[in-house]
Amino acid sequence: MSTVSVPPPKKKTLLEISRLWKSYPAPGGGEAVIVKDFNLKLEEGEFATLIGHSGCGKSTVLSMVAGLSEVTKGGIILAGRETTDPGPDRGVVFQAPCLLPWQTAFENVMLGVNQVYFTASKAERRQITEYYLSVVGLSDSMHKYPGELSQGMRQRVGIARAFALQPKMLLLDEPFGMLDALTRFELQQVLLELWRKFRITTLMVTHDVDEAIFLSDRVVMMTDGPEAEVGDILRIPFARPRERKVIMEDPQYYELREHLITFLNERSHLRPSKDPNFRPSPDMAAELASHPHISPAGMRLQTSAA
Amino acid sequence: MSQPILSLKNVSKGYGAKGARTEVLRDISLEVREGEFVAIVGYSGSGKTTFINMLAGLLKPDSGEVLLDGKPITGPGPDRGLVFQNYSLLPWLTVTENIALAVDSVFPTWSQEQKSAHIAKYIAMVKLTKAAGKLPRELSGGMRQRVSVARALAMDSRVLLLDEPLSALDALTRANLQDDISEIWQSSRKTVVWITNDPDEAILLADRVIPLLPTAPATLGQAIDIPLARPRDRSAINHDPQFKALRNQLINLLLAAKEKSRTTVSKKLVLPDILPEDISTPNSIQYLTRRGPRRRSEEKREELEVAS
Amino acid sequence: MNLTLFQKLKLESVMLPALAILGCCLIWYVIAGKSVTTVKTDDWGDTVKVTKRSGISADLPTPVETWTASKAYITDPFAKRGELDQGILRFTWLSLKLVAQGYFLALLIGTPIGFLLGLSKKFSMAFDPIIQILRPVSPLAWLPLGMILFSGVKVMDAGGRTTFGASDAAALFTIAICAMWPTVMNTAVGVRAVPQDYLNVAKVLKLSRTKTLWKVLVPATLPYMFTGFRLSLGIAWLVIVAVEMLTGRPGVGGFLWQQYNANSFAHIILCINVIGLVGYVLDRLMSLAESKLKTA
Repeated sequence: MSTVSVPPPKKKTLLEISRLWKSYPAPGGGEAVIVKDFNLKLEEGEFATLIGHSGCGKSTVLSMVAGLSEVTKGGIILAGRETTDPGPDRGVVFQAPCLLPWQTAFENVMLGVNQVYFTASKAERRQITEYYLSVVGLSDSMHKYPGELSQGMRQRVGIARAFALQPKMLLLDEPFGMLDALTRFELQQVLLELWRKFRITTLMVTHDVDEAIFLSDRVVMMTDGPEAEVGDILRIPFARPRERKVIMEDPQYYELREHLITFLNERSHLRPSKDPNFRPSPDMAAELASHPHISPAGMRLQTSAA
Repeated sequence: MSQPILSLKNVSKGYGAKGARTEVLRDISLEVREGEFVAIVGYSGSGKTTFINMLAGLLKPDSGEVLLDGKPITGPGPDRGLVFQNYSLLPWLTVTENIALAVDSVFPTWSQEQKSAHIAKYIAMVKLTKAAGKLPRELSGGMRQRVSVARALAMDSRVLLLDEPLSALDALTRANLQDDISEIWQSSRKTVVWITNDPDEAILLADRVIPLLPTAPATLGQAIDIPLARPRDRSAINHDPQFKALRNQLINLLLAAKEKSRTTVSKKLVLPDILPEDISTPNSIQYLTRRGPRRRSEEKREELEVAS
Repeated sequence: MNLTLFQKLKLESVMLPALAILGCCLIWYVIAGKSVTTVKTDDWGDTVKVTKRSGISADLPTPVETWTASKAYITDPFAKRGELDQGILRFTWLSLKLVAQGYFLALLIGTPIGFLLGLSKKFSMAFDPIIQILRPVSPLAWLPLGMILFSGVKVMDAGGRTTFGASDAAALFTIAICAMWPTVMNTAVGVRAVPQDYLNVAKVLKLSRTKTLWKVLVPATLPYMFTGFRLSLGIAWLVIVAVEMLTGRPGVGGFLWQQYNANSFAHIILCINVIGLVGYVLDRLMSLAESKLKTA
């Protein structure tokens, strides 16, 4: 097995999203605001999840970070540099794995590998591709076409492709949304194992509460759209490496689950920025404190303990 | 104990020509009692559809027998109502007409009023009265699946067979339909065989959950009885320690079976210790002056054995 | 006899078309003119044999007459007795050669135009009206223009004989310009239909323009392009007949026209059959290539 030591996560901001807006010109004049004043900082090596109801704009935030959707206002800073267009330094995995159907799994991954490792020898590039495809469990079927692979296997290729490029960040947009429950469990495991090894900072979008808890360090809850914003933040304290069996039997797991479900069912329509009585949870307050421009005009900085 | 309404005895089934035959299901034995809700949970592609097709009479087992009320099943019949994943409604007929087609064939002697009342009752049961005159294409996926359920119920069959009826729907619609179907089942107490790939759905709905293990060929695992009181409330069930225990038991059983079924072939892999080039800012001089890739270190190479 | 279902199907797929062909021949025979020889006494008292054709369509030869008259062309398909008196396969070969040249010209011009239309909204907006106007123009209208445009073209071999003249150039021009539209339109539709997902892959990986074209756009458009190619080939084969008729070039169409002028109706029927058969074979070949591509 592997002997590479994983560097301890540094407390360094890798991604900073500040005052992010997304709006479209509305058909009847005016503007339809999808995302309003979205602020979030991600530490290097952190796994954060955006959760919210469908249509709340969580995918829009992600695709703006990916550079696939234009930013209306505000900025996204990745590793000290503002990002505006897409690039291979952000590995993206969509709900549909977006493989080119006329290329085998191997060729699909190789397409990206050839791009970012163009200074390496051909043999080394092949080794890289083979390595990542094998690690996701496709060593026997890497030369098949996407049409010959099951939905779950295709998504494995998508994950291998994202990791193989050693991106600064991973952006996962409901990566397991189209899979059945059992296949989803398997793939979460695959993702977690790879992530444990490479510790790539990750921003994931999902609406699956269990998935969010099992995978992430922090869950960012978004209010309902339009004009979606961050409604609450919850830190997931489980130690890594995580084992599904152990976590599911941990009483804390159900507390966290309850917190998220309650938010989605009862509080997702409340907007902190418009609510004078809003009291952020400790995790939310910590995040707010790291954005000096938000306080105190937009929001009262009070912890719920205060 | 009463005689089982549906029973499978040592059933096996395979596909393909003689020499290259692959067995899909082996030695399946199962008894379903009258009024019981049985859920079969398995991975996609593990033979669930083959299983239900044999119950429906669309496929014949290679060995063993499938009995309904003690008599062998020879073909499809109105005594077993079927609901598939993909609705199978006729697109040019309205909701009422689609159901009427089934009712006409099962109850040919009924009067027109009798039939209409019967159809209306089941449409109301699945909460579609307002959409009774609509065509399938005017309905959402969830509503279409409601029509399928109503059609199967209206045939008043002995057993209902449902093959992943909700897996094509989104999470919210699925939850709503699960609740409604649970309610309908409680009032009608029909015998149901429900195939699914969602462990939560199985526990929420069924009296008994049987895992279909992804061995090759697939076999049925130990049945898990679900003694949770009805009506079962989706959100309250989250706090219920019994529910949590059952859920963990089922999921662990299925995941462990999958783990075991994996054939392990060791393979040496080499991951070259190369860093990706930053191609977001084209800086051609940088590449020209440097021959070969950047490496974390020149020697450190990683070797890893991976099971496939 | 014990026949499996497959054998039965196969038998039916042979028997039914055979029966239909027989039926058509029967109708043909009924309406065709027959030679009737009557013996009668003329005004001078001599008995003379008078052969007259009668029937619903007196000049239309019967199937048997058609066969006897055409036999020489079919049994000796590569004979060359004169410029416009050659075996039928020799004529077909001449026509096919011209079609192939014109067709490839059409693809060579049509495919890039299709890509430009699909990729650039502005280009599409600018040229769409022109294309829509030119598209329905008949080959009969293009040919005279080609004759004028290429009137100066004359390529001679060492012996001083013209190997490629104005009529050849005009023929190629006509075939190409008539046959390219399906390729243009289908390619454009195909390029526009490339899923955004695939383009996103290219964007995220920062593929270069040429790489995006060859790795993403072309493979994604290929099925559409091939549909265009198939339709184009069909049109090219339609056009060739008209072109040969007007220019009097040797070929199936040229032969047909000459036989019309010679009142040899049996040969016209022969030509029609050959044209249809060749068109069918070409279409089948293209669909075969198309289905091979679809699997990828």
